[in-house]
Amino acid sequence: MTPHRSALLHFLLGRLTASAIPYDNPIILWTFVVVATLGAAVLAAITRYRLWGYLWREWFTSIDHKRIGVMYLVLAIVMLLRGFADAIMMRVQQAIAFGANLGYLPPHHYDQIFTAHGSIMIFFVAMPLIVGLMNYVMPMQIGARDVAFPFLNNFSFWMTVAGAVLFMLSLFIGDFARTGWLGYPPISELRQSPGVGVDYYIWGLQIAGVGTLLSGINMVVTILKMRAPGMTLMRMPIFTWTALCSNALIVAAFPILTAALALLAMDRYVGTHFFTSSLGGNVMMYINLIWIWGHPEVYILILPMFGVYSEVVATFSGKRLFGYSSMVYATVAIMILSYLVWLHHFFTMGSGADVNSFFALTTMIISIPTGVKIFNWLFTMYRGRIRYEVPMLWTIGFLFTFTIGGMTGVMLSVAPADFMLHNSLFLVAHFHNVIIGGVVFGAFAAINYWFPKAFGFRLDPFWGKVSFWCWLVGYWVAFTPLYVLGLMGVTRRLSHFTDPRLQIWFEIAAAGSVLIFLGILAFLAQVYVSIRHRDALRDATGDPWDGRTLEWSTSSPPPAYNFAFTPLVHDRDAWTDMKRRGFVRPAGGFKPIHLPNNTSAGVILGALSLGCGFALVWHIGWLAATTFAGIVGVVIANSFDRHRDHHLPAEEVDRVEREYRDRLAARGSAR
Amino acid sequence: MRSKFLRNLLAAPLALGLSGCHLVLLHSAGAVAARQSGLMVASVFLMLLIIVPVLVAIAVIAWRYRASANPPDYDPDWEHSSTLELVVWAAPLMIIIALGAMTWIGTHQLDPYRPVDHADYPHSVAPGVKPLRIEVVSLEWKWLFLYPDYHIATVNQVAAPVGVPIQFHLTAATMMDSFFVPAIAGQIYTMPGMQTVLHAVVDRPGSYRGFSANFSGSGFTDMRFRFLGMSAGDFARWVARVKAGGGDLNRTAYLRLAAPSRAEPVHTYATFSPDLYSRILDRCVEPGAMCMSGMIARDAGPARPAGRRP
Repeated sequence: MTPHRSALLHFLLGRLTASAIPYDNPIILWTFVVVATLGAAVLAAITRYRLWGYLWREWFTSIDHKRIGVMYLVLAIVMLLRGFADAIMMRVQQAIAFGANLGYLPPHHYDQIFTAHGSIMIFFVAMPLIVGLMNYVMPMQIGARDVAFPFLNNFSFWMTVAGAVLFMLSLFIGDFARTGWLGYPPISELRQSPGVGVDYYIWGLQIAGVGTLLSGINMVVTILKMRAPGMTLMRMPIFTWTALCSNALIVAAFPILTAALALLAMDRYVGTHFFTSSLGGNVMMYINLIWIWGHPEVYILILPMFGVYSEVVATFSGKRLFGYSSMVYATVAIMILSYLVWLHHFFTMGSGADVNSFFALTTMIISIPTGVKIFNWLFTMYRGRIRYEVPMLWTIGFLFTFTIGGMTGVMLSVAPADFMLHNSLFLVAHFHNVIIGGVVFGAFAAINYWFPKAFGFRLDPFWGKVSFWCWLVGYWVAFTPLYVLGLMGVTRRLSHFTDPRLQIWFEIAAAGSVLIFLGILAFLAQVYVSIRHRDALRDATGDPWDGRTLEWSTSSPPPAYNFAFTPLVHDRDAWTDMKRRGFVRPAGGFKPIHLPNNTSAGVILGALSLGCGFALVWHIGWLAATTFAGIVGVVIANSFDRHRDHHLPAEEVDRVEREYRDRLAARGSAR
Repeated sequence: MRSKFLRNLLAAPLALGLSGCHLVLLHSAGAVAARQSGLMVASVFLMLLIIVPVLVAIAVIAWRYRASANPPDYDPDWEHSSTLELVVWAAPLMIIIALGAMTWIGTHQLDPYRPVDHADYPHSVAPGVKPLRIEVVSLEWKWLFLYPDYHIATVNQVAAPVGVPIQFHLTAATMMDSFFVPAIAGQIYTMPGMQTVLHAVVDRPGSYRGFSANFSGSGFTDMRFRFLGMSAGDFARWVARVKAGGGDLNRTAYLRLAAPSRAEPVHTYATFSPDLYSRILDRCVEPGAMCMSGMIARDAGPARPAGRRP
């Protein structure tokens, strides 16, 4: 930064100078060239095929929960590519940086990469995956036409996008945090990290956090208030139950993250001393706060996936879920216990033996309801007739992988053992074991399972299986060496090693990450091939897997209103029940359906928030003030918008339903 | 390059199988670490009691009930069995009760604040041995060790006699690190303005790897030190050598040392300012800096009732 900038330039640009663009770093420069080329190609293609209007009208401004759900999933997959690029860069660095070879990443770059990898994978891959799935599936499972607050849903999505874009901007303008994914002080304080990296981290998460919190409230209200008549709480599909618990956790936990980050921001911006090492500040407060959010967060991610596995196991075993009430109580128990375990992330901070023992025991107790779930899935398969479609393969892979991950997790919960394993690569292997084995496998199971519902054709099973085996084998090849290295006493976040005996393990891990990369490519190939062969993979019935819950009772893709008539629920597996009773699709008596209008307010608010976040990062006062005033203004103006809804005429509903009935009749089916 | 990779790949399982000593967490040279890893191994065996049957059951059921085998006992409505429900809740509960009891006791016995003595470690510590005090400061990015009993100080190297309980008092200058010698004892955080305590004992002479196990910035990777376990005679000679080596770690020298540096070589000081550690902990080494304890006392003010003042 040049000290002799004119006052005007300083006013206009704050801390932002030409030197913030890292054009001297060849890795980032090439990344930029590749991203810019790909981005330009995508934009050119959209323009060439005149898709801007379509995307804007049908997707960006849409407040249909199904469209928003799909957009969340697209965001997650795009960010997965970024997060994975970080992962493979780390694996290569650790595989080559031995002895005289310092690798190709200097510490200041390497440290940004592991910080970005962690925070992007959690906040912008795993979170959009689960929010997207819940958005798409849950309203249909409860027989609703949309979520409780459709506009809020669109707004939440664009806030998440704004946070993700701010994270991505840090790659090319300035740099990212070098603190680790949770931004622990003192290293995230102004004295130790004076640059913009931590500020990008704070504002990216704060903006995305608004979206996450609002979407959590939205879904809790939807589940509690909008279930179809007859669907009591104990008749809700398990996925909806897990969505309810996960969103209850979001509503209670995310404000803690917001508060912790706000206090850290105050330390950095206005000179308070909440977490500094002097003037009464205390880093331990931040570490407690961040994990009081952080531990529930991992259950926010895994609970909906438990729901996914429950749906998949029951459907593909052709059988009711074993021990439904056990499953519900186990989920609720996990939800409550997840608040009582946060200290196990820092047994080594010097709490007394009583405190450590308490948190060690609460952590172990969580493994009981989790174990019950594993047994229940097992007994659902027992006496079933299991069809090994792709979603079921992911589920079997999950059962094996997650069971091992659970065991290493309980090992870590034994406080004295944790003194040895804390922060080691064993820990890294453990949480990838449960996040990849649990959340990522679940996401792929869910995508393969519900894709035909969303787009009207199945995903190609061959490439699906290739992807599954690459991921499964890749996971074990990449992370078993990390378990071994952890037992060899190797700690995490090191960028260089001296002991040559370690190298082979890092090389094996790098090979594993290449396999995972092939798994990701195979998934992309699966989507591409499926689109090419969509006619052969077409699902005319809307119920390709012989599903059990209400989302399979509509057409694929479902109409904007989901259900022409709100279904009446008599049993837990409502759709199976309807099929057994010989449900016949109504042919008349349709009424106009009340639907919300599309709105651009979400996109505008997201864009303004992005501008405000960028201005705060670079200390551009006028821009921060203007965009903030803009946000307030748009919110007020939007609340006076009277054109918020319309009625879909009964004739239109009749036409859509008749077409669906004709398609079914063509296949000789009455349903 | 390729052949080297293949050779290493073939050697890896061999190395793991034959010389498990690479797995330092399972082959400790200190009694505390040995008990910690013992607890770790015991927890694995306890859990395998349930994990192995579950893994086998997954495989068996997944195969036995595949649709292509057309299982004869297919029952689409079978969803409940009170006996099985009882078993699936009780089995993990039993394991966790056993593991929990083990953990509760282990956590108290292996509390880093609990002194290591003959009563707890009869095979490692002789009765009546006076513990060795070592004060540890993590700096950007190196380790400073102060021996208040010998008035010597060392950087990136720490030595202790075999069989003598060691009492570490630890703090940090600016960053948060974690003091960890895997062969000797589990780790504990070092934090600026705060003190943690760790007790350990070394059982066998040798040179052991120590490092920071908590990321603390760009020099973190090189923040390594050696822990030397020595016989009593060797340790006495080592202390004498350090004494003879000269050097005085006064406050000025400390501030020079505390400036950020990477891969700092080992060096030693024959003496140090007696109040250095307490000033680091009190965050007032710099001339003119106000000590935290003084600040707290002043903030507390004279208004507090006289009897309540600590």
